[in-house]
Amino acid sequence: MMRANLKPAIISAVVVAVLAGLLLGIRLDQQGTTLSLVGAGPDVYWKIGAAAAFLFFFNLFRDQLSALWKGLPGLPKAPQKLVEVSHKPALRRLFWCFMIAAAIIWPFLSNRGGTDLGTLVLIYVMLGLGLNIVVGLAGLLDLGYVGFYAVGAYGYALMAMYFDVGFWTGLLIAGLLAALFGFLLGFPVLRLRGDYLAIVTLGFGEIIRILLNNMTWLTNGPNGIGGIPKPTLFGLEFSRRASEGMQSFHEFVGISYSSEHRIIFLYLLALLLVLITLFVINRLLRMPIGRAWEALREDEIACRALGINPTAVKLSAFTIGATFAGFAGCFFAARQGFISPESFTFIESAIILAIVVLGGMGSQVGVILAAIIMTILPEMAREFDEYRMLLFGLMMVLMMIWRPQGLLPMSRPHLELRT
Amino acid sequence: MAMPESLYYFIQQLINGLTVGSTYALIAIGYTMVYGIIGMINFAHGEIYMIGSYIAFIVIAALAMFGIESVPLIIVAAFAISMMVTSAYGYSIERVAYRPLRGGNRLIPLISAIGMSIFLQNLVRIAQGSRDIAMPTMISGGVDIGPHEGFHATLSYMQMIIFVVTLITMFGLTLFISRSRMGRACRACAEDLKMTNLLGINTNGIIALTFVIGAALAAIAGVLLGMYYGVINPYIGFMAGLKAFTAAVLGGIGSIPGAVLGGLLLGVTEAITAGYFSSEYKDVVAFALLILILLFRPSGILGRPEVEKV
Repeated sequence: MMRANLKPAIISAVVVAVLAGLLLGIRLDQQGTTLSLVGAGPDVYWKIGAAAAFLFFFNLFRDQLSALWKGLPGLPKAPQKLVEVSHKPALRRLFWCFMIAAAIIWPFLSNRGGTDLGTLVLIYVMLGLGLNIVVGLAGLLDLGYVGFYAVGAYGYALMAMYFDVGFWTGLLIAGLLAALFGFLLGFPVLRLRGDYLAIVTLGFGEIIRILLNNMTWLTNGPNGIGGIPKPTLFGLEFSRRASEGMQSFHEFVGISYSSEHRIIFLYLLALLLVLITLFVINRLLRMPIGRAWEALREDEIACRALGINPTAVKLSAFTIGATFAGFAGCFFAARQGFISPESFTFIESAIILAIVVLGGMGSQVGVILAAIIMTILPEMAREFDEYRMLLFGLMMVLMMIWRPQGLLPMSRPHLELRT
Repeated sequence: MAMPESLYYFIQQLINGLTVGSTYALIAIGYTMVYGIIGMINFAHGEIYMIGSYIAFIVIAALAMFGIESVPLIIVAAFAISMMVTSAYGYSIERVAYRPLRGGNRLIPLISAIGMSIFLQNLVRIAQGSRDIAMPTMISGGVDIGPHEGFHATLSYMQMIIFVVTLITMFGLTLFISRSRMGRACRACAEDLKMTNLLGINTNGIIALTFVIGAALAAIAGVLLGMYYGVINPYIGFMAGLKAFTAAVLGGIGSIPGAVLGGLLLGVTEAITAGYFSSEYKDVVAFALLILILLFRPSGILGRPEVEKV
């Protein structure tokens, strides 16, 4: 047993040591024009050695380890009765009500930072839910989702700058604009097979970013756009002094001014947008079009045989997904007050995709959970900031190997044949 | 006979385009071979190219520290070591991130590959720093085309080396694929993986081999472009990979001559955009070209139309 594993164990350890040693153990050092090499320091050597040793022992004892893994009791399976009860619609409704209530109370319990973080989570939840339609439900891998996010954000910012449009009108326009872009892009490319689509959308996202960077006359280029107006509540502003012809919230209600009002308002607004998103998606899922999305993901040829037009169905998923990105972008622009092309790089697309994948493609609770994890973890582990993207890439690979269905895979009521 | 300046300008753009295009072709072959056999986009391929560049710089710096001055020796050593290391990277990546996922949903290996790409990029960023690293030019000078005084086009020696190395590599690869036993196995795998396996060919080995060949070619491109531009950073792999994939699709994914043709075409298109329009928009033109090609000829220039079977 052990002897058979010895050879792969030695090989993997040596390969890791050599590959990592060459690239990580030696640093290129630039002094003026001359290039020289310096050692990376003992701590890096120790890390490489530890990684090689770990792989060696892991491969050597892999049979024993897998036996041990199987022998572990695992998570206790929920009793059948509990599972059945948890599927009851009334109980589910209660669960959702509880969740929403908790989300509403959150800003009043936590401090300013917590509320701000909550708003950020909600933006990612919205983006995740939107991408979930495209990737999770319709099975179209969209790597340029951030492009639509950027279209929404810049759509609102430019509208506000040139035409003095308010937030609520801007929200609508941003959504429509993103939908239009989704439609125009989707129309030609959705006839393609899945992996081509991934690259074309990736190219689209890059095109948007490059255009925003270079069309200086319109978008102010890499300097970005500042002074984007904040959202208002039925015409009430959240500022110490209202601008001309407007009234501010604290004057209207008759309480003293506090800057926290605006933050709480932004949080509740984001929550409202997320709830609307959830509501719309859940309605759509029960409509023929939602069924068609999932059917298409499972088997395109069968769908065609049943008379579903794949291009139209894909286009609808793509456009609706883009619309939600547009809403999220508009909200993002209004919250930040400043946007630049820096915020819309490919990494952002990858993070949103990771949220969908981590949560379990197609599962909405999963996406929400994953958005919370992906946003809060980096905030908690600031000292690991340098390693954030590294671990993030590693997680995507490991997740695909061990749990491709995600943390909370989508479950549907179904019958299984028992033989 | 005095030729107009604009013609020399055009010739110069053509030369620049073909130089960059031939390196795109080298990277694109890696995409196209892997896609031809297992139908998967190796998203991390661009990072292999970037790692190839870094290894070449490390080798060059190391030899310079030992006081070796001979330029041909340095270049040969850079090629050899860089190809060996990236081959090992290509093999390990296939083994760790793709092999366990084979045969499932198509999206799953692609997502794993994106994760791998992010991982490798950040590994190099942490190890080597994110700033640009520049190298003094080793090979300078060139041949002038046209009158010596006044405006003329230049074919630099570095560009000549790029052309020659690319040609030799292509020639060797074509010979390997068409004549050798393993090359035949590669073609058989591209035709029908399952059947080839049934006929007693170690298909896992062949798949690993295509990853190794692709990685070695990407390393060649990495060494060449690294010396051509003289500047590298951990982020060059992303764009180069995207461009090379565009080239592979342009020529018809799965076809090696197609990848070469697509690479050259893309390089020339970019150079002409940069030369006559604006260099900021050359990436936009490249992606727009990709979308247009997929729109009107989804199988690419030399590709065969694919029939999806149940």
